[in-house]
Amino acid sequence: MSSVPSSWTARARDYLDRRLPSSNLLPERQPYYVGSWVYVFGVVTIAALFWVILSGIVLAFFGPQWWHVTAVGRFFNSLHFWSVQMFFVFMVLHLWGQYFAAGWRDGRAGTWMVGVVIFLISIVAAFTGYLSQENFDAQWIAVNAKDAMNSVGAGAFFNVLNFGQMYGIHVMLVPIAVLALVGLHIVMVRMKGVVKPIDRSAKVGK
Amino acid sequence: MKARVRQTQEEYYRGVPTVPYDLVKELAIALVATLALIVVLAAVLSSPDVKSETVQSWAASDPVDFVTTATGELSGSTVSSQYGPPYNAGSASVQGYGFFSPQAWFGVHQAVDSPNDFVLNPLKIAATGNPDLAGALDTYNKADDKTRQGWLDAYSKGLKDAQADPSTGSFTVAQGDYGPLPVMMNSLLKQAQAGGLDGLLLSQGGFYQTDYTRPLLFMGDGGYLAGLAEGQKLTGSQWGMMNETGSYPGQTWLWLYTFWYQVPPFAGSSNADLGVVLMMTILSLGLLLIPFIPGLRDIPYWIPVYKLIWRTLPPTAGSQPPVHPEPEPAPR
Amino acid sequence: MDSPAGYLHLGIVLISYPNLIVIGGMVVLFAIALIAPFHGVGTKEGRR
Repeated sequence: MSSVPSSWTARARDYLDRRLPSSNLLPERQPYYVGSWVYVFGVVTIAALFWVILSGIVLAFFGPQWWHVTAVGRFFNSLHFWSVQMFFVFMVLHLWGQYFAAGWRDGRAGTWMVGVVIFLISIVAAFTGYLSQENFDAQWIAVNAKDAMNSVGAGAFFNVLNFGQMYGIHVMLVPIAVLALVGLHIVMVRMKGVVKPIDRSAKVGK
Repeated sequence: MKARVRQTQEEYYRGVPTVPYDLVKELAIALVATLALIVVLAAVLSSPDVKSETVQSWAASDPVDFVTTATGELSGSTVSSQYGPPYNAGSASVQGYGFFSPQAWFGVHQAVDSPNDFVLNPLKIAATGNPDLAGALDTYNKADDKTRQGWLDAYSKGLKDAQADPSTGSFTVAQGDYGPLPVMMNSLLKQAQAGGLDGLLLSQGGFYQTDYTRPLLFMGDGGYLAGLAEGQKLTGSQWGMMNETGSYPGQTWLWLYTFWYQVPPFAGSSNADLGVVLMMTILSLGLLLIPFIPGLRDIPYWIPVYKLIWRTLPPTAGSQPPVHPEPEPAPR
Repeated sequence: MDSPAGYLHLGIVLISYPNLIVIGGMVVLFAIALIAPFHGVGTKEGRR
């Protein structure tokens, strides 16, 4: 490029092309050292999240009482329950794998941190989900969790006894946050590529 | 600190051989495999759904506990009636370490008036067309505080030895100077057992309701809900946060959060919630900042699990050439 | 599945068998992932 384009659109496009060319976003090849099943945990977590959201969409569409009163509804709740279990199982396995690989090296600290934030927000997602069940478990969790929320002042505006609030946060606000951060996490991984093995990169602090 | 020049992937991977790797196919396989697993689990094991309790089921199953709780709401001895922010101006459940008490700082935002919301207002409504109850309420409201407290203390004491009759859902208390309380409490009990209190507790203030603060606080004040929870090992001192009803896995990822409640200094402390939240906030920050924490970020080097992750050898000379040729570094 | 779960009670630790199975399963899965040979996805004959 000999001259800076004046169009904002062209500048935006050039910026994206520089930071994440499509050949890096969807490469056909990986470094040879991507040769362990540990590398698979991340994509399986994404797959589980996909089914969490899809089953959640069906549950949301038919309303919070549906799954209590129909067998099909109960089945979709079960899909949602087990896909959440799978999501956490594989997310934590992915965390263990990235920890022992020290995946934050070579300028990837941001990727690690976004991942941890996803983990923490997922816990909030699960928490608000359990509160939205409209059964005994939800009642008990609400009655107990309120004390933790109240103790830090959050209970003043985050009322776990308020089903409407918890449900709205669970079906809309938290999923938006999770999806945005997962998208960012994937983009960050693809922008930098998979980190080199420990023996092949700078050691401490980078 | 050396200036970080953003390195392109081309530069980063110079000299590193690559192999074909189909990311999209991998995602597709992951989607199908996880779906199969989830469908099998859902079909075979289903999911937990223990029906919610109601004020009605509570009053029917444990009338003595119900009436004891209702009496406590009037005398101000229940947890919710003395709680403090965010519900009311009490202080019994306000947690803090010295001056540090965010619960107090945030103030009252979910106003709950236990004696009126849970007992007196519902009774006022039930008193329509019920002269006995109306009279009892009148007596109660017109009495001075000392007299009222005398009735409440005596009745609470009497209830400790009350006998419930499971077949009728009623109970008997020894004779005592209880004033209008027996009429009031028996009315409230009947109202609850007929299912009238559930809706009433919810609808105070409007038609549409999605906020269960009042009925849940009322039920939480009693021992019935907690007794059921203990049976399912869901209480705080049973690692309950991690557990689920029935034989289902629970929220295993909360293991560390619930762990702190089992050990000193948090176990049994009235500031346990605040303390544990602070502890977990610090630990979460630690997890977030691992890349910057000496020691924590070095464990992967000291415990070389990485040697297993990266035991793949580079491709041999006859296979795909590296993208950016360079003398291959010495093998590990 | 609706009957109460069995629990392992060792000193201060109290954990349900379902939870133990999940956590134990995760450790086993991680170990397998570390040890099992990996065959590339999309390579013509897997690992060369």
